[in-house]
Amino acid sequence: MVYFIVNCICVLFCVSATFASEIFYVGKGENYTSIKSALSKATKGDRIILKKGNYQEGEIIIDKEIELIGEDSPKIDGNNTYQPITIKANNVTIKGITVVNSKRSYINDFAAVKAMNVRNLTINNCHFSNNYFAVYLSKCSNCTIKNNLIESSSESETTSGNGIHQWYCDSIDIQDNTIRGHRDGIYLEFSHHAFIRNNISEKNLRYGLHFMFSDSCTYIDNTFRNNGSGVAVMYTKHITMIHNKFEHNWGSASYGMLLKEIYDSYMQGNTFTENTVGIFAESCNRNLIKGNEFTRNGWAIKVYSSSSENSFVDNNFSGNSFNVSTNGTHNTNTFNGNYWSEYNGYDINHDGIGDVPFRPVRLFSLLIEKQPPALILLRSIFVDVMDIAERIMPSLTPETLIDNEPKMKPNK
Amino acid sequence: MRTIFKVFQYELRDVVRSKWVILYTLFYLLITDALFRFGSDTSRAMVSLMNIIILLIPLVSIIFGTMYFYNARDFVEMLLSQPIERKRLFIGLFSGLALPLSGGFVLGVCLPFAIHSGKIYDMSSFVMLLASGILLTFIFIALALFISTKTDDKVRGLGISLLVWLFCAVLYDGLIWLIIAYFGDYPLEKAMIGLTIANPVDLARIVIMLKFDIAALMGYTGAVFEKFFGSLVGITIAGSSLILWIVAPLFAGMKLFNKKDF
Repeated sequence: MVYFIVNCICVLFCVSATFASEIFYVGKGENYTSIKSALSKATKGDRIILKKGNYQEGEIIIDKEIELIGEDSPKIDGNNTYQPITIKANNVTIKGITVVNSKRSYINDFAAVKAMNVRNLTINNCHFSNNYFAVYLSKCSNCTIKNNLIESSSESETTSGNGIHQWYCDSIDIQDNTIRGHRDGIYLEFSHHAFIRNNISEKNLRYGLHFMFSDSCTYIDNTFRNNGSGVAVMYTKHITMIHNKFEHNWGSASYGMLLKEIYDSYMQGNTFTENTVGIFAESCNRNLIKGNEFTRNGWAIKVYSSSSENSFVDNNFSGNSFNVSTNGTHNTNTFNGNYWSEYNGYDINHDGIGDVPFRPVRLFSLLIEKQPPALILLRSIFVDVMDIAERIMPSLTPETLIDNEPKMKPNK
Repeated sequence: MRTIFKVFQYELRDVVRSKWVILYTLFYLLITDALFRFGSDTSRAMVSLMNIIILLIPLVSIIFGTMYFYNARDFVEMLLSQPIERKRLFIGLFSGLALPLSGGFVLGVCLPFAIHSGKIYDMSSFVMLLASGILLTFIFIALALFISTKTDDKVRGLGISLLVWLFCAVLYDGLIWLIIAYFGDYPLEKAMIGLTIANPVDLARIVIMLKFDIAALMGYTGAVFEKFFGSLVGITIAGSSLILWIVAPLFAGMKLFNKKDF
């Protein structure tokens, strides 16, 4: 009963607050010419509308529950010496503004928008350009970052920050953003229940997506392409990754997706195209990798024997230089029902499943794992002959790494 | 010069009349066209074409060359009874076979290429493919000429030719494999470069593959190779190695031919 009354009061308060909200117009020829002056007058629930213009006001600290809304994308400039916007209040909304030139530092993580210990922050339809970090969330929860364009032209990893950075956050919604030219496109550490959907992260110096210790996050329909080292994810449980695209992360130390100590996760319907390594898995256990598309990668999958009990099911492998590579003869991972473009078995009863098992690990790939210079023998006739011999009578490749039900046609 | 041309002309007519060169051209025509037409993308088609080039060109050149030179023995003896310098006859023999064969190859690959040219974006790798094909033809014809001059026995000559091909195309890589397996603890990059340059088939394979998939896959080794073969010094060394592979057997063969008692 007491709760109910408290709730009612709260609701009433909120409603009255909304009704009482004022709108402050900021811009040339308006009541307020600076954001700071409007902010100092504003109270909880008010709305500040920013007209077109260039605002250079040093550090703007938002410590009230307000909405900051830009019309015709007004520009807030940090002049390379300030952190343009710092948010310290809950329920803040920022929409339609452009934030440029935040300070760069080797000691502090300056950002275009930095929020600490905040709930229900919304950042929509904004444009971030040439910042150190763009959106930096620390110990925040229930925030939404949607439909923003985040770009920077970073030259080295040390002088650049991340596009969207989360540190000890919970339930952050990141959708429809485009991030390019930062150090890491999307970075999560100790952040749980993030929902990351339909973002494009490309041309970042290091990783398109990078997370550690961030359990129970969901990644859907994102595209990670042309990043310096692809995507790296570590020390995390219960990830769901569906319909993401990992494209053209091509270079001697690039990975479509590097998995290290990832447990109990689910990856389905992702496409890996033209990566040096599609999936690299080290010490990863009990993951289900199902219905993914591996096309024209150097290595489609590199799974170290420290990884166990992963299932690779119903995937399509076509045109990869190497399908599966491993570094030992011990294997507890299962491969089943995949389509391999190199498979040349037959299917007598026409059930779509090949009657001869397929061994995706070539002897040659095992040699390369031990002696990388041997790669110069790629496509040599001698190597092909050795591979055929090994396939017929496996002695060095892991005996259990075998697809007993290879598909005759690609899975749909 | 006129003598060389005369011999060349005769041989050209003879080679074309034997229909083998036409078949050879047709084969490349069909394969290249099929690869471009049915292959999902051109870079894969080029890699497949490279596989064929590396396997077939040395084999066809050396076997067909050896056979042809043995069969042309009567013709050579007849010509030697005329006042013709042996050197010129020898060069005429060589060019009379090497040019039509490489010409057939170029024609067979270029025609489909011209038809499907819209699909190809990387011209330099295609040129590299053609150049290696031509050079490999020249090298293995030169070897064939040397072998057929050296041994009078046709069967033995053919056997040696087959062995040479087997060594260059297959066994040599086995040797490299062994070296890598035994000396893997040492930095092998430079030794590998040396070993590849020494074998024309490997050299052609590596140079073409650096244009396609291998560079990014190889990590450090790839970087070393790319740096070497991308530099002027590297290209010069690789090129002169290939030229040397043509000139050395030709020169040795000519010396034998000059002194040979037919």
